[in-house]
Amino acid sequence: MFRIEPRKEPSRAMAYATPFLALLLTILAGFVLFALLGKDPLKATWIIFIEPLTTLYSISEMMVKATPLILIGIGLALGFRAGVWNIGAEGQFTMGALTGGAMALALYQIEGFWVLPLICLAGIFGGMAWAAIPALLRTRFNTNEILVSLMLVYIATLLLSIMVHGPLRSPEGMNFPESRLFHDAALMPVLIEGTRAHWGFIVALLVALAAYLLLRFHIVGLALKVVGQAPRAARFAGFSEKRMVWFSFLVSGGLAGLAGVFEATGPVGQLVPALPVGYGFTAIIVAFLGRLHPAGIVVGGLLLALTYIGGESAQISMQLPSSTTRVFQGLLLFFLLTTDILVNYKIKSVRARPGAITLNRP
Amino acid sequence: MPKQGDVLLELQGLTRSFPGVLANDQISFRVGYGEIHALLGENGAGKSTLVKMIYGVLQPDSGVMKLHGEPFSPASPAVARAHGIGMVFQHFSLFEALSVTENIELGISPELAAGDLRQRIIDVSEFYGLKLDPDVLVGDLSVGLRQRIEIVRCLLQNPRLIIMDEPTSVLTPQEVDQLFKTLRRLADEGCSILYISHKLDEIRQLCHAAAILRGGKVINTCTPANETAKSLAEMMIGEVLVPASRDERELGDVRLKIKDLSLPSVSQFGVGLKQISLEIKAGEIIGVAGVAGNGQQQLMTALIGERSAMVPEAIQLDGQSVGQLGPGDRRRLGMGFCPEERLGHAAVPDMSLRDNVFLSARESQNLSRSGVLDHQNAQSFAADIVETFKVKTAGTGHSAKSLSGGNLQKFIMGREILQNPKVLIASQPTWGVDAGAASAIRTAILELAARGAAVLVISQDLDELMEISDRIAVLADGRLTPAQRVEQVTIEQLGTAMGGSSSAVLPDQSIKAGQSVPKGGGAHVQD
Repeated sequence: MFRIEPRKEPSRAMAYATPFLALLLTILAGFVLFALLGKDPLKATWIIFIEPLTTLYSISEMMVKATPLILIGIGLALGFRAGVWNIGAEGQFTMGALTGGAMALALYQIEGFWVLPLICLAGIFGGMAWAAIPALLRTRFNTNEILVSLMLVYIATLLLSIMVHGPLRSPEGMNFPESRLFHDAALMPVLIEGTRAHWGFIVALLVALAAYLLLRFHIVGLALKVVGQAPRAARFAGFSEKRMVWFSFLVSGGLAGLAGVFEATGPVGQLVPALPVGYGFTAIIVAFLGRLHPAGIVVGGLLLALTYIGGESAQISMQLPSSTTRVFQGLLLFFLLTTDILVNYKIKSVRARPGAITLNRP
Repeated sequence: MPKQGDVLLELQGLTRSFPGVLANDQISFRVGYGEIHALLGENGAGKSTLVKMIYGVLQPDSGVMKLHGEPFSPASPAVARAHGIGMVFQHFSLFEALSVTENIELGISPELAAGDLRQRIIDVSEFYGLKLDPDVLVGDLSVGLRQRIEIVRCLLQNPRLIIMDEPTSVLTPQEVDQLFKTLRRLADEGCSILYISHKLDEIRQLCHAAAILRGGKVINTCTPANETAKSLAEMMIGEVLVPASRDERELGDVRLKIKDLSLPSVSQFGVGLKQISLEIKAGEIIGVAGVAGNGQQQLMTALIGERSAMVPEAIQLDGQSVGQLGPGDRRRLGMGFCPEERLGHAAVPDMSLRDNVFLSARESQNLSRSGVLDHQNAQSFAADIVETFKVKTAGTGHSAKSLSGGNLQKFIMGREILQNPKVLIASQPTWGVDAGAASAIRTAILELAARGAAVLVISQDLDELMEISDRIAVLADGRLTPAQRVEQVTIEQLGTAMGGSSSAVLPDQSIKAGQSVPKGGGAHVQD
C-alpha cells in the first residue's frame, strides 16, 4: 500500500526533475498510442522527437515556431506567478499582428531603418490594448480575467478576418481575403540565410534574459511572487495587487502582440485570416513546462516547437493524423500537472497498520 | 454501574509519528469515571495528536486503548461518538448564516436529530446552565455562546467522555467561571472530561488529575491541587522560568495618536471600528484586551494602512497625519507591524526567510535601491535576526513555513524590532508560541519600549497584557474603552468590559439578532 505524505518543504530536485519525468511519460504514452494505431512506435517517436534535430532546415523551423512560444510564454509566466490568469494571449497575438500589419501596410513602399521598429511598436500596443480590457474589468469590477481574456480571443480572430476581407485586402489580390505582401523594409531580417529563421528568435532570448533579471533582482519580480502566493502578505508589504494585475496584463499582452508582429512580418509576410494557429494557447503549456522560469521557458518553447515540426513530418512520412501534435501537447500538460504533486508530496510505501483504514482490504 | 474511581479510559504505550517527528511516544495514563483529567503541555508537546487518536481522527502506530476495559480502536470520529466520546474543538465548525438549531442538526447523526430537536436543545442547555436561544443566527452570537452550541451538540449525544481542547482561550473570565460550573456538574453525574490546556491556574482550580506532556512523552502525572502554578509550569517546560521584568520607564511625548478612528466592517458578520481614540507616549506599552472578533483585525488593518482611514488625522505619528498613507509610507516614518497571522500575512509561507525580510524592511535596511534588490544585505539582516533572537532554523534559505510557530514568530518580531521602529504595533505576539519563546518576545518588546518606542499590543491573553502593559484598554464590539493603568484595574473589571459577563449568563438578556452585543468568532472569522 502507498501513502501520499506532504513534504516539509517543496523539493527543489523534484521541481527540476518533473518536467523531464512528464516528457518521459508523454513519450511512453505515445508508444502505446502508436501501437494501438498500428504504427511502429519506435519509428514514430524517432521521427517526432529526434529526426527534426538532424537537419538545419528543421532546426531553423524550430526556431521560427519557438519564437512566439517563448515570447508569449515569458509574458504569461510573469502573470501566472502573480495569480493573474491571462488565457487570451492568442487574441493579443492576433491583435498585435493586426495592428502591426496595418502599420506595415500604411507605410507600404516607404523605406527606412525606422519602419520595422515602428511596426513592432504598433504590434506591442495592439496586444497591450487588447490585454487592457480584461485588466480593466478585473481591477474595476472584479470580473474573472480567465473568461474575459479567453472570449476576447474569438473576437480578435473575427476582427482580423473582417479586416483582411475588407479594408486591408490586397488591391491586386483577386479578391482573396489576404493583405498585400509586406515590402522588404517591413519584413523581419533573416537570421540564417536560406531559411525562415529570423532575428525575432534573438529578441525572444533577450526578453527571457530581461525577465530573468527582473524576477531575480527587481522589486517587481518579488512583488509578483508575493501577490500570487500570499495576497494578504502583499498588502502588508505595501505591494498593490491592482498594479500587479495591470503590469502582468500589459507585459504579457505586449509580448504576445510582439510575437504576432514577428509572425506577420517574419515567416508569413502578410496578413491572412489563418495567421493565429494556437501559439497563444500552446504558450500556456510552455510557461508551466518551464516552471514559470525564463530559462525553463526557453527550453520548453524549443521542445513544443519540436513537437510541431515532428508532428508535421510524422503526418507526411507515416500518415499519422494531423492531430498528433495536439495530442502530444495535451499529454505533456496532463503529465506535467500530474507529476507536479511530487514537488510538494512524497509517496511512501507503508505496511498496513492495525485499525487504519486500508483500501486493499478484502 | 461504574463507581467514581473506576477506570473509564486507559491508554497503554500509544505511539504515533509524522514525517520527521515522533508526536506521541509511549503515552500511558488512565481517566476515571467522573474525573476531570487535565492534559497539560506546551504547543507542540503532542496533546492534539493524542486526543485526535482517542477521537478517531488519527490512528496510533502502536499501543492500546481500552474503554470500559474493552479494547478500543476507533477508525473514525463516528465510531468514537458511537462509543460515547464527544469533543469540543478549539476552532468551531459552525455556519454563521444558520440558526443554532440548524447548526446542531447538521452536526449530529440523523437518528439523534429526529423528533423535537429544538425542545431538547432548550432542555439540555437549561439543565446544564448553558442558556441558548435555539432560533438565533450563529453569526449574531459571541464566541462564548458559539462554544455553548458545540458543548450542547456534544451533550445531546449522552457522552461518557468529553474532550475539550483549550476551551477557555476564547472566553471572558466570567464565562470561564460559568463553564467550570457546568463541567463540575457533568463530572458529578459521572461523565469524564479530558481537559486540554496550558493555563495553569485553571487546571489547579478544575482538574482532579493531570498528565503532563513534553516532547511527545508523559513526563509526569500529578494532582494539580497539590501543585503550584510555578511547579506545574516548570514540569511543563522543563526549565526554570524567569518572568520578563518591567523597569520603570521615563515616558516621553505622545508618539502615536488615534483619534475618532471609525471603519465599517467589510463582511456581513464582521465588526467595524467605532470612534476609537488612544494616545501612546514614547516609552509606553499599551495593551488592547478583548475577545477575538471584536474588531481586532480591523484595528490592525487600519493601523498597518492596508485600509485607509476616512480622514488622515485619524492616525497621527509624532504629530503627522498618516491615516491615509499606505504601509510602505508608514514604515518610512518609523512604524513597525506584527500582524496576528504569521503565515500568509506577516510572512509568505513558501518564501525563504531571507526573501521574507523584503516584505517590511526594504526601506529601513536599504534593501531596495530604485527597485533593485540587494540580496546580500537581505541575507545579512536575516542572519542578524536569526542570531539576535535565537531563531532555530537550519539557515536563512529555508522557507518560512518550515519553522515552528514560535520560531517564526521570533523571526517576525525580530524583523520588526531590529528596524528600531518609533511605534510598534503587534497583534497576539505570543499566540501559539511556547513559553520560552513567549518570554523572549515579551522581553524584546519591553526593551524596545525602554529605548523610547511607543508600543501597542493587541492580545486575548490577559495575563500577558497585565505583565507587560503600562495601561490597558478593552476592545469590545468595535469600541475601545479608555486605557487605564494596570495597577488600577482588576481582571474582573476587564472581563466585564470585554462584555461576556451579563449577556452570557442571564436568561433575560439572551441574545437577539440586531442587539448590540460584542461579536464573536474564532481565529477563523474575518471581520
